[in-house]
Amino acid sequence: MQTSEISSRVLARAEELLSCGKVQMVIGWRKGLFDYDITPSLFTTSDDLKKNFVYNEWCGANLSKYLVKETRAIETAKDTVRTNNKMAKMKNPDATDAPEPSAKVLVFLKPCDTYSFTELLKEHRIFRDDVFAVGIPCDGMKDPEKKEISERCTVCKSKKHITYDELIGEDGDVQDSKRFDMVEKIESMSPDKRFAFWQNEFSRCIRCNACRDVCPACTCERCIFDNPKSGASQKVAADDFEESMYHIIRAWHVAGRCTDCGECSRVCPQNIPLHLLNRKFIKDINELYGPYMAGSDMETKPPMLNYQKDDAEPSIIKEAK
Amino acid sequence: MYSLPLNKLDTLFETVGAEKPLYIPADNSSGKADFTRWKKGVKLSKTLKTVRSAKDFFFPKTENLVNYKVDGKKIEIEDPRKELEDFVVFGVRACDAASFTIVDNVYINQTPCDTYYKNRREHSTVITLACTEPVQTCFCKLYGIDAADPKGDVSAWISDDTVYFNANTDKGKNFIAGINALLTKSDDSGVVKQQQETRSRISELPFVNLDISKFTGDNMMKLFNSKVWEDLSHTCLGCGTCTYVCPTCMCFDVRDFDTGNGIKQFRCWDSCMYSDFTKMAAANPRLTQKERFRQRFMHKLVYYPMEHDGVKSCVGCGRCLESCPIHMNIVKVIKTLNETPLEEK
Amino acid sequence: MSEPVKDKNWKPRIVAFCCNWCSYAGADLAGNNRLEYPATVKIIRIPCSCRLNPLFILRAFQRGADGVILCGCHPGDCHYTSGNYFARRRMTLLFSMLNFLGVEKARTRVEWCSAAEGVRFAQIMNDFVAQVTSLGENKRLEDVRCKPAK
Repeated sequence: MQTSEISSRVLARAEELLSCGKVQMVIGWRKGLFDYDITPSLFTTSDDLKKNFVYNEWCGANLSKYLVKETRAIETAKDTVRTNNKMAKMKNPDATDAPEPSAKVLVFLKPCDTYSFTELLKEHRIFRDDVFAVGIPCDGMKDPEKKEISERCTVCKSKKHITYDELIGEDGDVQDSKRFDMVEKIESMSPDKRFAFWQNEFSRCIRCNACRDVCPACTCERCIFDNPKSGASQKVAADDFEESMYHIIRAWHVAGRCTDCGECSRVCPQNIPLHLLNRKFIKDINELYGPYMAGSDMETKPPMLNYQKDDAEPSIIKEAK
Repeated sequence: MYSLPLNKLDTLFETVGAEKPLYIPADNSSGKADFTRWKKGVKLSKTLKTVRSAKDFFFPKTENLVNYKVDGKKIEIEDPRKELEDFVVFGVRACDAASFTIVDNVYINQTPCDTYYKNRREHSTVITLACTEPVQTCFCKLYGIDAADPKGDVSAWISDDTVYFNANTDKGKNFIAGINALLTKSDDSGVVKQQQETRSRISELPFVNLDISKFTGDNMMKLFNSKVWEDLSHTCLGCGTCTYVCPTCMCFDVRDFDTGNGIKQFRCWDSCMYSDFTKMAAANPRLTQKERFRQRFMHKLVYYPMEHDGVKSCVGCGRCLESCPIHMNIVKVIKTLNETPLEEK
Repeated sequence: MSEPVKDKNWKPRIVAFCCNWCSYAGADLAGNNRLEYPATVKIIRIPCSCRLNPLFILRAFQRGADGVILCGCHPGDCHYTSGNYFARRRMTLLFSMLNFLGVEKARTRVEWCSAAEGVRFAQIMNDFVAQVTSLGENKRLEDVRCKPAK
């Protein structure tokens, strides 16, 4: 399907669902000042959708993480009314219950976004009943800086939608992607060169934490990097060690849960290839503990919460020559 | 005015770099430019702007304030300011140069003065470089900044294979005197033509004529509780990227680090977008992202101008337009607020 | 980057995280039997090898360790049934990541040592110290601020 056709069908469906009351808000992409600077945004009126909603090759942003906040707000509103009703009944047993405000949020998910969505559902971060997820096809998104197709889309791992309520267009297949090529290239460098490569990359880090803030796997209520008692909270990299430590720890925390959506590298203002760290973990897990793709289903136990009695020993990691 | 053939620029860098640390914008491995310490082989970047602004030289990412050594009952205190030497920064654009004044107003021209910042300013010689090809995201002209005539200690222009220099301050004159052997006296005809072309290009940029007359204290108080702030800030990640790349953002946090052999008290960049901003006292009084987002733009467009003769705390460099992960920026805020009626219908 | 240190008597600082039930008891047994291994090995007792957070390893390197070793119960014999299985997966991935970043693999190790294996505990420590000595001081994961001023 052509992008323009997908675009008009997406907009039409959003308007339809909003106006018939099936959903009360839409999470989508808003037009920017130019063609490439779209903003993920909440839409609540048909007019706003007509004027500002867009779905095109610049919509690389992964919308699944916003559902955490949205569905929680919906549930909190319900809970507040429930509690008020209970309190009212305690004072006056004949009090009539105020109706619980139910609301649903419509979200459009590209295939890679559905993996993040499924993983978030698996981790009980999103209330499934409050979401109406529409899977949309994607032929690759462009990088707003380079103005050409993003690197992550050239090694797309899957055009299959995992969790959705309805689909626009056809569902796709898991792709045979070459996404570990760059990881292998770095693995084949000598340890000195690898160290120099990563020090060069990390030295540019300004600890903006955008990678953590946009990552769908990073939804901790109190992040370790915001907690002064953890000893790991620093606001800005004070020296080489701290720069590396943040990235090692973060990649470690999302190991086995990262769905390889590539958002971390997209948002980095200094263009550090953070996705390589996460892909390294995914590659290792695939090789050591069997092929596993986070977000590809709701049942499989994540590798870090699982073990086999005959797992490889840590000494299996050999120093590259 | 003095001039130098462009192919002798590396020799100039070598001469200056031999005496003092010299920093120039250079391309890094990701293809973008950052201020880098010059050494042989480092070439001046052809990019318009660096990813991070030049404020890093005076207000660095982290800065040691005091070093303590505790030995039983003896405490030794070291002042790291003494370690700073004179340095030269080349290639600062007009927007960044204008931001120095904005930050000086807060850190130097008030009592008490920030002596660490002042120390760095005093040790520096700033050589600005005029822009020739501004991009769509630039809007310095909106704030009265002339990209074709940047300030600083020395202004420089690169036009037709020649580099022109003009000293603006005593420090600038000393700098020129130090490299006099390489320069030739010249008139400014090569510069004037380039300036005219640049200025005409700038006047065609999309955001240089935005209307910012609405941003007065009274007007903005009427819009303080408007729903637009919620809409604008709804998907803000609170990552702080905008505050770190912005040349006029200047908030910091003070922390202690126990090295095991003494304490280092340092300050580091902080961001008003963070939930634990100003937490050294109690907590961030702005509990939601909407309030933090609103505060940042009110500070830039309303609060700072109210205390500093109407000067806005923004220089139109466009870095927030380029770096925000969700493409929110001050231009979108200005446009949205301009479209919001002051009175409820 | 990893050069052997000039001073022949230099011994690397090793932090050994030992699980309380097996390897720490093993260390005690080694001590009781007066089996020697360098005093630069600092033992930290944790209830189970699974308690080891990767942050601890990084913190140890930051504060001056040249090598870090985790000792736990043999797989299948964990006092808490399955703790060491999780630790095994964790450490494998962590070491692989550190290796990927260019940090020498030989600076980290996991060994399983039971409470009866006092001799083996001393052997492991001697072997590990020898291995890290050949690598020299930790430069890649050091925090220069934590180095004592010369």
